[in-house]
Amino acid sequence: MTPHAPPAFEAVLRARRDAGRKLLIPYVMAGMTEDWVEVLEAVVVAGADAVEVGIPFSDPMMDGPVIQEASLQALQRGTTPAAVVDAVGEAQLGVPIAVMTYYNLVFRAGHRRMARSLAAAGIGAAIVPDLPLEELGPWATEADDAGVATILLVAPSTPEDRVARICARSRGFVYAVARMGVTGERVSLGPSTGDVVTRARAATDLPVCVGVGISTPAQAVEACRSADGVIVGSALVRRLLEHGGPDAARDLVADLRAALDRA
Amino acid sequence: MGRPGAGGRFGEFGGRFVPESLVPACQELERAFDDAWADPAFRATLDAVLRDYGGRPTPVTECRRLSERLGVRVVLKREDLAHTGSHKLNNVIGQALLTRRMGKQRLVAETGAGQHGVATATAAALFGLECTVYMGEVDMARQELNVFRMELLGAEVRAVHSGSRTLKDAVNEAMRDWVATVDGTHYCLGSVMGPHPFPYMVRQLQRVVGEEARAQCAVVLGGDPDVVVACVGGGSNAAGTFAGFADGPSRLVGVEAAGGSAVGNGIPGVLHGMRSLFLQDEAGQILEAESISAGLDYPGIGPEHAHLAALGRAEYDRVGDDEVVAAFRLLAQTEGIIPALESAHALAWLVREARASVPAGASVLVTLSGRGDKDVAQVRERLEGSR
Ligand SMILES: Cc1ncc(COP(=O)(O)O)c(C=O)c1O
Repeated sequence: MTPHAPPAFEAVLRARRDAGRKLLIPYVMAGMTEDWVEVLEAVVVAGADAVEVGIPFSDPMMDGPVIQEASLQALQRGTTPAAVVDAVGEAQLGVPIAVMTYYNLVFRAGHRRMARSLAAAGIGAAIVPDLPLEELGPWATEADDAGVATILLVAPSTPEDRVARICARSRGFVYAVARMGVTGERVSLGPSTGDVVTRARAATDLPVCVGVGISTPAQAVEACRSADGVIVGSALVRRLLEHGGPDAARDLVADLRAALDRA
Repeated sequence: MGRPGAGGRFGEFGGRFVPESLVPACQELERAFDDAWADPAFRATLDAVLRDYGGRPTPVTECRRLSERLGVRVVLKREDLAHTGSHKLNNVIGQALLTRRMGKQRLVAETGAGQHGVATATAAALFGLECTVYMGEVDMARQELNVFRMELLGAEVRAVHSGSRTLKDAVNEAMRDWVATVDGTHYCLGSVMGPHPFPYMVRQLQRVVGEEARAQCAVVLGGDPDVVVACVGGGSNAAGTFAGFADGPSRLVGVEAAGGSAVGNGIPGVLHGMRSLFLQDEAGQILEAESISAGLDYPGIGPEHAHLAALGRAEYDRVGDDEVVAAFRLLAQTEGIIPALESAHALAWLVREARASVPAGASVLVTLSGRGDKDVAQVRERLEGSR
């Protein structure tokens, strides 16, 4: 692996946001298909501002059927956290990369070891959805030390005082959860999306990006009326499960990009 | 066994590892339970329902023929005689009353053997709550009758097709339901596991087992038993039993299924909202447990048990399926009691350890966590298959 300086995850996203661009962050489950690295390259070419790379876990509690299926497929293909980190490092994608995974994989690897291996691979951020504010300490300390941004979630159910504390501790951006529930495509945006974003925005000047359920270009545009960007997961992963490969990924991301740029 | 420390910790175990969406609900539940538990009116209602509806107190039965056979003095705490046939009712009556107190109208639950699902469906019927139970496909096949029971009681049973299609995956699915419905729904978790306050709350709701048993042992045995044994899936019947004896001199033993032995083969990790011991691979992927008994088919253990094991206050051992089936038959034939396969793990341990680590003549309390009607067909198949 060629070592290279990690892109300053937060600085890049802030600069793009400040330049008036809406941030588009596709999510890809690592290892789900043979050509998953090409999929990452395809979404970058199609206009992703950052990429969220899922590391498969046996028990993805926050995920709906599509990402569950992708996790299972990735695990059956023998995907390990170490192999994902290495492959992402080698790919040198040229945009900020965040990994998303469940806490047991981080805990098992060891906080310091995981944080340093991410940094060494040029992975600038991590999202660990089952690690809430109260349990964050030991990981966040090591992540900060290693220069890895820990992106925290704000949910529709989060009360005001917690929103402020979460936003103060989040790095990179704030992940606004569009609805109560697991990941998966939905016919409409969650009714509380605007509200969550507004509450987060009042507490921070970090970019605020919306995820969970964003399925179509129209929904992305709608979410970005209040938010700085969107994370699109299941809609993309479903196309990959249906054997769409890098082409389908490129098409979807290009459509999303065009819609956001037009709006 | 008292309150957990800050953040719901039992030593290094426990905690609250849930997505942000669920944190406020866990905090609300913690406040609601503390408030209810300190409220004499709530406690009086709970006691009255457990007595008049649940059949408590359950007796302690001295086993004369089994004792003679084993050379130790065996008494059973008869949770099999509680309404719905297991200790699971103690927990669900408490949580259903709490659900009403919080103004929620729906319960979701996971179930393995179906006993917790049946108990939850029962409490839902009694208190007029809606009820959805998640159950692994594999478990639905081996506990068909319990599926029908739940439906008869008015619950909806949803099959879980993901992962190992057993208890672990039913918990995942129940949690996913809960995230989406948390405003009006309470997650009625069936064991001393999950995020804080569940492990503490469920243990408090089950401590009636141990408290009754200790008072009954004082009469039957004239004091504390030398050994207290209970089976451990998540660990609720064991935690409730141990809670009655932990401040005394009794040796406490939890018995896991050999194929689901989190204390024996697990290492520290985080799953289902708690830090505890789990079967997992080098990368941290959770492994599937394997046991004849659906209720013990779980790759982890409640955090307070992990803590008691670390302290050495309780010890944890495991038994294999064959020993379990032998103990199942032994109790039936010596005492006329058909135990649940889960409970037969505790008996199997005693059969193995009597006159070994349990000295001849010692007194032993075994918590018989449930009755075996649900398991008769499965044991029959196994015995006929091996002929
Ligand atoms: C009769 C019986 N005993 C024991 C258990 C295991 O649960 P726990 O360890 O929480 O008591 C079950 C679970 O289904 C059960 O049905």
